[in-house]
Amino acid sequence: MLDPTPGRVPLLRAAAVSKSFPGTKALDGVDFTLRAGEVHALLGENGAGKSTLVKCLTGAYRRDGGEIQLDGVSIDPRDTLDAQRLGIGTVYQEVNLLTNLTVAENLFLGHQPTWLGLVSTRRMNRQARALTAQYGLDIDVTRSLGSYSVAIQQIVAIARAVRLSGKVLILDEPTASLDAHEVDVLFDAISGLKERGLGIVFISHFLDQVFRITDRITVLRNGKLVGTEDTVSLDRLRLVNMMLGRELAEETRRTGKSGMRYDAEPRLRFSGFGRRGRIAPFDLAIQRGEVVGMAGLLGSGRTETAEVLFGVYPHDSGTAAKEGRALSLGSTRAAVAAGFGFLPEDRKTDGIIGELSIRENIALALQARIGWARPLSAKRQRAMADDFIRRLDIRTSDAEKPVGQLSGGNQQKVMLARWLATNPEFLILDEPTRGIDVGAHAEIIRLIEELCEGGMSLLVISSELEELVVYSHRVIVVRDRAHVAELVGEDITTTRIVNAIAGTPDSAEAAA
Amino acid sequence: MNARTLPLVATVLIFIVAYALCYLQFPAILSTRVVGNLLTDNAFLGIVAVGMTFVIISGGIDLSVGSVIAFSGVFIAVLLRDTGLGPWPIFALLLIITTLFGAAMGATIHFLQMPPFIVTLAGMFLARGMAYVLSIDSVPISDDTISALQRIYWLLPGKGRLTLVGGLMLIVVLVGIVVAHRTRFGTNIYALGGGAQTARLMGVPVARTTIQVYALSGFLAGLSGIVFAIYTSAGYSLATVGVELDAIAAVVIGGTLLTGGSGFVAGTLIGVLIMGLIQTYITFDGSLSSWWTKIAIGMLLLGFIVLQKALVWAGGRRAEAASGKG
Ligand SMILES: Nc1ncnc2c1ncn2[C@@H]1O[C@H](COP(=O)(O)OP(=O)(O)OP(=O)(O)O)[C@@H](O)[C@H]1O
Ligand SMILES: [Mg+2]
Repeated sequence: MLDPTPGRVPLLRAAAVSKSFPGTKALDGVDFTLRAGEVHALLGENGAGKSTLVKCLTGAYRRDGGEIQLDGVSIDPRDTLDAQRLGIGTVYQEVNLLTNLTVAENLFLGHQPTWLGLVSTRRMNRQARALTAQYGLDIDVTRSLGSYSVAIQQIVAIARAVRLSGKVLILDEPTASLDAHEVDVLFDAISGLKERGLGIVFISHFLDQVFRITDRITVLRNGKLVGTEDTVSLDRLRLVNMMLGRELAEETRRTGKSGMRYDAEPRLRFSGFGRRGRIAPFDLAIQRGEVVGMAGLLGSGRTETAEVLFGVYPHDSGTAAKEGRALSLGSTRAAVAAGFGFLPEDRKTDGIIGELSIRENIALALQARIGWARPLSAKRQRAMADDFIRRLDIRTSDAEKPVGQLSGGNQQKVMLARWLATNPEFLILDEPTRGIDVGAHAEIIRLIEELCEGGMSLLVISSELEELVVYSHRVIVVRDRAHVAELVGEDITTTRIVNAIAGTPDSAEAAA
Repeated sequence: MNARTLPLVATVLIFIVAYALCYLQFPAILSTRVVGNLLTDNAFLGIVAVGMTFVIISGGIDLSVGSVIAFSGVFIAVLLRDTGLGPWPIFALLLIITTLFGAAMGATIHFLQMPPFIVTLAGMFLARGMAYVLSIDSVPISDDTISALQRIYWLLPGKGRLTLVGGLMLIVVLVGIVVAHRTRFGTNIYALGGGAQTARLMGVPVARTTIQVYALSGFLAGLSGIVFAIYTSAGYSLATVGVELDAIAAVVIGGTLLTGGSGFVAGTLIGVLIMGLIQTYITFDGSLSSWWTKIAIGMLLLGFIVLQKALVWAGGRRAEAASGKG
């Protein structure tokens, strides 16, 4: 009873696939079928087993049990190269290709055009240029991939996978670092492949995208199959319930919070703060218990603002004051000493220590802050870790598990816990809900509100405008590396934010 | 200019400036005679350094090569003395042994997940020990073919001589450049150095490439041993102590990153020549102790590592500025 369409052999079919890690059953008898010419979403909460299933299908992991068939023939890919030869191209969740190789080499690695056994670089570069042009990229393919932004790297990874996929294309959270236009380009490419009869597996936490592009949806929960349904027959609420296994209250609030008391002297005041080439000088004042949201397109200067505030790139103009007294900033050390915390956007490379356990990772930041002379007792660390695991709903067998073995979204929660443990007065969160599933999403929003009620000041950067509207007292809009607008209280609506980002006047006037 | 080629350009510039300075003091240093000698004297180092370049680009290290060269010399000398075998079959046999030796180290590194430093350190003691087992004393080589090989040279304009071993080194470098930049194997080595885990997921045959890299290094160490035997006409188990470190120094001076993933075979040749030039200068001067070679090389190394850091830092900054995330 695997394939609902009788008389047609599915393109890819997995039956009762199982995979265990020490302490976790990541996949427990999962069935999955992919038809030719369909886009099939694989959904589930963080740690549901999506990435693990992908890795079992593509030979990156050896499965413990079950069967995989391609075109009705049993296959058993030993490694990813094997899978590529069978026509399965994959973009893995955590891989951003090799930054030391050129763009062209990344695209063609293992499949370079050769002549008499020698790689013909010129032909490879020409083909690479043609390929990147298809995705609207105008870049020098002979430069190293590392010299381009994360978004471009992601597109290159996708282009490579598409090129390699003769039959099946698997994309594990490919859109996490793409902006709306880049997503459009990707979806065009996917539609083209679909028409050519490829089967495409699409993993994402962006439900809008899932409803827009996919034909069928398979949901996993805790390593088990919940079900497979046609996308048109599902609505958002039922889908979320399938993923969570419980009911989720719909968010109701439409406009931002009002009623913030603006004291004469804010907790933090930045005047003319900026850095050439990164962000134009801006003024920013933040009260106790205030959440300032920050919106803008990818590359508009949101992350740059955060990095300059936290001293990742020292400011070269302006001053800062804390409760009226001048504050000397300019390095991350100074920022931490001043009670700042910063959860960066690219958590993969910034700050997570995969080999250390959840407990150690959480204890690390706090220990650094109170000084190494006063070690935290193991018991205290343990209690703290357990507390955060509960509060943030981190899915793990226990606190001693190395962070590197958690699923992508759960690693993010550990990073957040690390900063929360230090109890900062001013916390900067850059895309705190990216890559996090719906359940945890609501959890983090609740947490942000809880933190500001406790008196913490927050600066939250997010691409999800509905979310900003829910928790922000004020929203700052960034465009072209400058702060261009500020919305307060009742003025905070998604429409107004969008208009400010786009630089058009409010819709009322625009209609005139 | 490309940030990737900058270390190479820096190396070439330093070499030209150093040569010019030497020339101002000793004009004779620019003769093809000196250049020919430079190539001959450093042939064994150049060959082994090419192998080291590949290993370092792949993110590893090979500490065994100095001992393998010594072993090769003793192996050739003892077999020539004690068996009826001629030099050619002995060379072939030796190259097979050293290649397999390298492959075995590569396999150990990959399959047992052991650090290359430890595995090749063990290899270093093993090869040196095997040399002792064959002979403790220096064994002279008196073979007609080998003396003939020693005397082969091409006359350069200006009476300089490009000897067989010097020419062999240049060929090895050329082949090395082609392998590094124009074969899939070469790209796989760079990929490995860029990140083994990522390379594996991209479909690079990590096991095969690792084994091949160390096998190649073993092969070139054996070839270097043959050249050294021809050059010195003897095999001695105490010879070429620390040559692996000279090779690493040449590789780093040549602009290859010790962390792997980036480097140039051509740069390594220049690195070897810079080290040889310092030695030549000290010989010309006559009053300086040869230890100054070591001091100069030490300072150069330090300078290069600082330069590389600066470049990586500047490159990172520029990439940041160019890209810009949200
Ligand atoms: N290498 C590993 N070693 C041990 N456990 C692992 C390993 N990889 C994954 N796991 C565990 O397997 C489970 C499933 O993880 P997986 O990465 O498949 O989740 P996911 O559905 O992709 O989640 P996310 O949306 O967060 O990416 C998790 O509980 C995780 O902790
Ligand atoms: Mg995942």
